[in-house]
Amino acid sequence: MRQAFIDTATTLIEEDPRTALVLADISVAAFEEAALKHPDRILNVGIREQLMIGVAGGLALTGLRPIAHSYATFLVDRAYEQIKLDLAHQGTGAILVSVGASYDGSSAGYTHMSPMDVQLIDTLPGWTVHVPGHPGEVAPLLTAAAAHDDPVYLRLSTQTNDIAYADAHLLRPVRHGTKALVVAVGPMLAPVLEATRGLDVTVAYTHTPRPFDTTGLRALAHSGNVALIEPYLAGTSAHVVSSALADRPHRLLSLGVTRRDLHSYGTPTDHARHHGLDPAALRASLTTWLP
Amino acid sequence: MTVLDVEPLLRRLTGDEKHAPSAFSTLDVLWVLYDRVLRVDPRRLDDPDRDRFLLSKGHGPAAYYAVLAAKGFFPDGWLDDLAGADSPLGHHPDRLRVPGVEISSGSLGHGLGLGVGTALGLRAQGRLEPRVYVLLGDAELDEGSNHEAIAYAGATGLDAVTAIVIDNRSASHGWPGGIASRFAVHGWTAVTVDGRDHDAVAAGLGQAREGAPHVVVAVVETKGS
Repeated sequence: MRQAFIDTATTLIEEDPRTALVLADISVAAFEEAALKHPDRILNVGIREQLMIGVAGGLALTGLRPIAHSYATFLVDRAYEQIKLDLAHQGTGAILVSVGASYDGSSAGYTHMSPMDVQLIDTLPGWTVHVPGHPGEVAPLLTAAAAHDDPVYLRLSTQTNDIAYADAHLLRPVRHGTKALVVAVGPMLAPVLEATRGLDVTVAYTHTPRPFDTTGLRALAHSGNVALIEPYLAGTSAHVVSSALADRPHRLLSLGVTRRDLHSYGTPTDHARHHGLDPAALRASLTTWLP
Repeated sequence: MTVLDVEPLLRRLTGDEKHAPSAFSTLDVLWVLYDRVLRVDPRRLDDPDRDRFLLSKGHGPAAYYAVLAAKGFFPDGWLDDLAGADSPLGHHPDRLRVPGVEISSGSLGHGLGLGVGTALGLRAQGRLEPRVYVLLGDAELDEGSNHEAIAYAGATGLDAVTAIVIDNRSASHGWPGGIASRFAVHGWTAVTVDGRDHDAVAAGLGQAREGAPHVVVAVVETKGS
């Protein structure tokens, strides 16, 4: 996904004079050649994430469409107040593109992880959040985001599904059943499909949890049982689902990354297991919960 | 019209008879900017080639509002309901509510980064005439975000940027060695002036040079004195 981002952003800078890229030393080498050609629109501010967002805000104030990029923990967690005040509060937007989703950086430890980024962005009004599950979904999402001025968070991961879905802005059913609706966000689709094999459930996929497709949710959740499987903090979208189904009796199971600092390294697969997000653990949670 | 004409406007904002205009640390610098320096026109707020003035130090904006009203950016009737439920004027300015206000500010340490980005955005679009002025306070410099912007703007010679630091010595731990040196060491041109002397402020602002960002440290009375 990171390469898809680099390729698409390079093309956008080349073809659309409105776009500008702001970096804070991360991925600078990948844009080195393009920066020689477009030094005014590919900007590396050094290891200064507050400034990266401030600069993006300033660029947007002059009518450009800024893209700011770094590891999620530096881009979002560290610069949260800049994101809150230097963009949408000014009446402007930007495209924030992160890598290092949740525990992608598990071997680097908790300092390089951000399972809370989407929840942080979700505290702010007006943001669209894209969580692609496949590299093939990145280019269309980024290109579409570059064509307007609203705030967009594009969260890239090294965890991927087998198939790219072009039409997953809304909840896209990929398996049909009767007992429950299981919503898989982004790269959770692959483990969810494995975990639900043979279960009588509908599995629906989306790469865009904000705005959440509440219309599709209501249409697909006729059983009243909804399981929400997200690749970031568990329960991040629970409030949206609960509000959307407030007029109906329903049961909601929210799974995602737990609120634990594991103080451990290892691979993303290890961390998926620790947080109960590997196929075996997901299946156990679902079968215990299903009516 | 002189800065003395702003005094009754300030009184309407503060309802305070006992404070002289000198109680407002930014008043004289703001007046010099809007009266002599900034190429801005209240009739052409969206002119892409206008100079930008960013009030980073967004607290205590009474002098800012009074000067904007005096210069015709909004009706002076707005001054009579500061921070009222339906008032566009609050204790921190909102660019979406107040004509002529370039950034919404209040939380300290945001203006210089936005100003650097604004200068870069103008340059990327070939707009080399407008200057970007950012007004900060000496205590505001405590915020580390400013130092990210100071270092970067200096290193890249971002000469469309002029920072003005109102120094009323309100930083809790002070700035040993002076404020100007914090900028100069990063390659900014820097001048320290009497923040009440209009000619000195104007002359200091005029000392910006090609190839380097510029800072004017405007010294005023010590806060609380």
